[in-house]
Amino acid sequence: MTADSSSGGSFSGFDLVAAGPGVAREDTGAAPAPGSVAPGNPSVTALRERFPGAVLRNEICAGDEDVVYVDPARIAEILRWLHDDPDRHYDHLADVTAVDYGGGRPLEVVYQLWSIPHRAALRVKCELPLDALEIESVTGIWAGANWLEREVYDLFGITFAGHPDLRRILMPDNYAEGHPLRKDFPLRGRFSRAEQTRRALTQDPEDYYVPGEIAERVPQVVEEAGAAAGEGEGAG
Amino acid sequence: MATGTTEYAVRRNPEMGPGGTPVLSPTEPFDAPEPELGSETMLVNVGPQHPATHGVLRLVVELDGETVVSVVPRLGYLHSSFEKLGEYRTFNQIVTLTDRMDYLAPLIYNCAYVMAVEKLMGIEVTERCKVARVICMEMDRIFSHLLWLGTWAIDVGAFTPFLYAFQQREKVYTLHEALTGARITTSATRIGGMMADLPEGWTKGVREFADNLPATLDEIDTLLTCNAIHIGRTQGIGAISAEEAVNHGLTGANLRASGVPYDVRKDRPYYDYESYDFEVPIGCHGDCYDRYLVRMEEMRQSIRILHQALDRLPGGPMDVEDPRISLPSKTDCMSDMESMIHHFKLITDGIPAPAEDCWFSVEGSKGELGMYVVGDGGPKPVRWRIRPPSFVNLSAIPKLAEGHLMADLIMINASLDIVLGEIDR
Repeated sequence: MTADSSSGGSFSGFDLVAAGPGVAREDTGAAPAPGSVAPGNPSVTALRERFPGAVLRNEICAGDEDVVYVDPARIAEILRWLHDDPDRHYDHLADVTAVDYGGGRPLEVVYQLWSIPHRAALRVKCELPLDALEIESVTGIWAGANWLEREVYDLFGITFAGHPDLRRILMPDNYAEGHPLRKDFPLRGRFSRAEQTRRALTQDPEDYYVPGEIAERVPQVVEEAGAAAGEGEGAG
Repeated sequence: MATGTTEYAVRRNPEMGPGGTPVLSPTEPFDAPEPELGSETMLVNVGPQHPATHGVLRLVVELDGETVVSVVPRLGYLHSSFEKLGEYRTFNQIVTLTDRMDYLAPLIYNCAYVMAVEKLMGIEVTERCKVARVICMEMDRIFSHLLWLGTWAIDVGAFTPFLYAFQQREKVYTLHEALTGARITTSATRIGGMMADLPEGWTKGVREFADNLPATLDEIDTLLTCNAIHIGRTQGIGAISAEEAVNHGLTGANLRASGVPYDVRKDRPYYDYESYDFEVPIGCHGDCYDRYLVRMEEMRQSIRILHQALDRLPGGPMDVEDPRISLPSKTDCMSDMESMIHHFKLITDGIPAPAEDCWFSVEGSKGELGMYVVGDGGPKPVRWRIRPPSFVNLSAIPKLAEGHLMADLIMINASLDIVLGEIDR
């Protein structure tokens, strides 16, 4: 249980503690220049040959995970090929998510692919600049992408073109504070507690019971005017 | 005909009416005209406070008579944005968030999360820790499946299996409490080890649980597996083919019931799962009944793994012997200054992770549980993402339920084995 029972003698200084365990791996040279890594997964090489212009760079993360950065404009085409090609056959879309690094850096959309017959994993990433948060939907390839993309839309505000039912999924339909997982979103939300309560209480549940509309309901996001009014009365 | 009676109200039956007493004729069918009924569908709201939705789930169901035309699940009632909260916490502080997601199998979530972070940081945990985590995860797989089994039986109309299953669950609660001090929110793991070594006699308790469970499973098996009502309610209900199941992203028992032998423990083995002797049960019809059979067999296989893990549990330290990761012992903190500062530094600063990302998935009780952690060189993650198996499994419910009866929808929902804490996160 104890890491260092011999009265603190086995480590040499607190700078080591402050540096953390990640240093050890960097020393072994696991993170060379991007774009020139020899991939562990043959799909990366095949992808480069098949789509020469669209594969921007590739990396190996956490020791053995292949990551490919591709052109967001061609994502559906690339994933379709990875899904259909018999030598690739990435039939299981494990996850679709996004990463916001903050500081004006582009948002990353991350697809975790797994091939059940070949037992191979591949992570495909697309970088979307903050002023063009739109990417093609992959629901036509994997039906399971439906809710995952809705969640990314809900929490990051990335629009998936061609999605059959792009609504908020975890937050309420009329949520007006924005997209919570963005770095510029404060932890406690944009509106004051009182405003949040008021909005929750004035929701009309009857909205949800209109027959024929349940499938094609559009998100009723109150736009910037509402957000500005809420901030005025003291957010946080 | 007879006189004195109204022709259409009451008919005289000469054979049965002694003395001409007017009686109702039961033999002649009443020739009613077809009623002019509209073909309007009806919206029924199931949940959020409905016991058969297994949590705070709301299903808006469009019914044509009793047939389900469409199902629209509405989520978010339990949403607490754990992923956002995680970005404001150090890696060790996040552990307490993980068990609040799947409170039916908290140890699997504790373990999966730290395994992802350890992979990101390049930490290799000790042999004892690996085996202890395997014991924890298999125990909680049974723990979660037992709850599923009990509620499934209630949904099908049988109450006894619920009581039998909860008797056994109570034993796991006790084991949780002995290990961590908490019954549900265990928070048992830390980066590089466990919160404490296994308490004395704990493995004996696990062994006893594993020894006694098969008898309970046999009893429930006798009550349900060949039960005509159970079979009638579940066979052929909510069937999905192997290709469609993969395409919809189903994982876990829901996928294996359709005949796809995808189990993360076998396909992407972690913690030496390849060296344990166990089978992956698969179904062939992909219906609710097959999902039931697969989960029943999974519990028996988990018992096998438990026995093997208990046999091979080695001695030695539980935590890694690395002062950058593991805390000094409490005795040292109280007796010498360096250890106290060391403890203080680790708690206040946290453990930094490299600026990389890492995906790690384990076979959770509900399906493939993935953890995606992005570090930036600091002690907090830039992004912590959970791949929630129940969330993706539930997204297939419109596909599974449409065309079935309303009562079947309840069974389909029960067969998916969802937990809303994890769906809403």
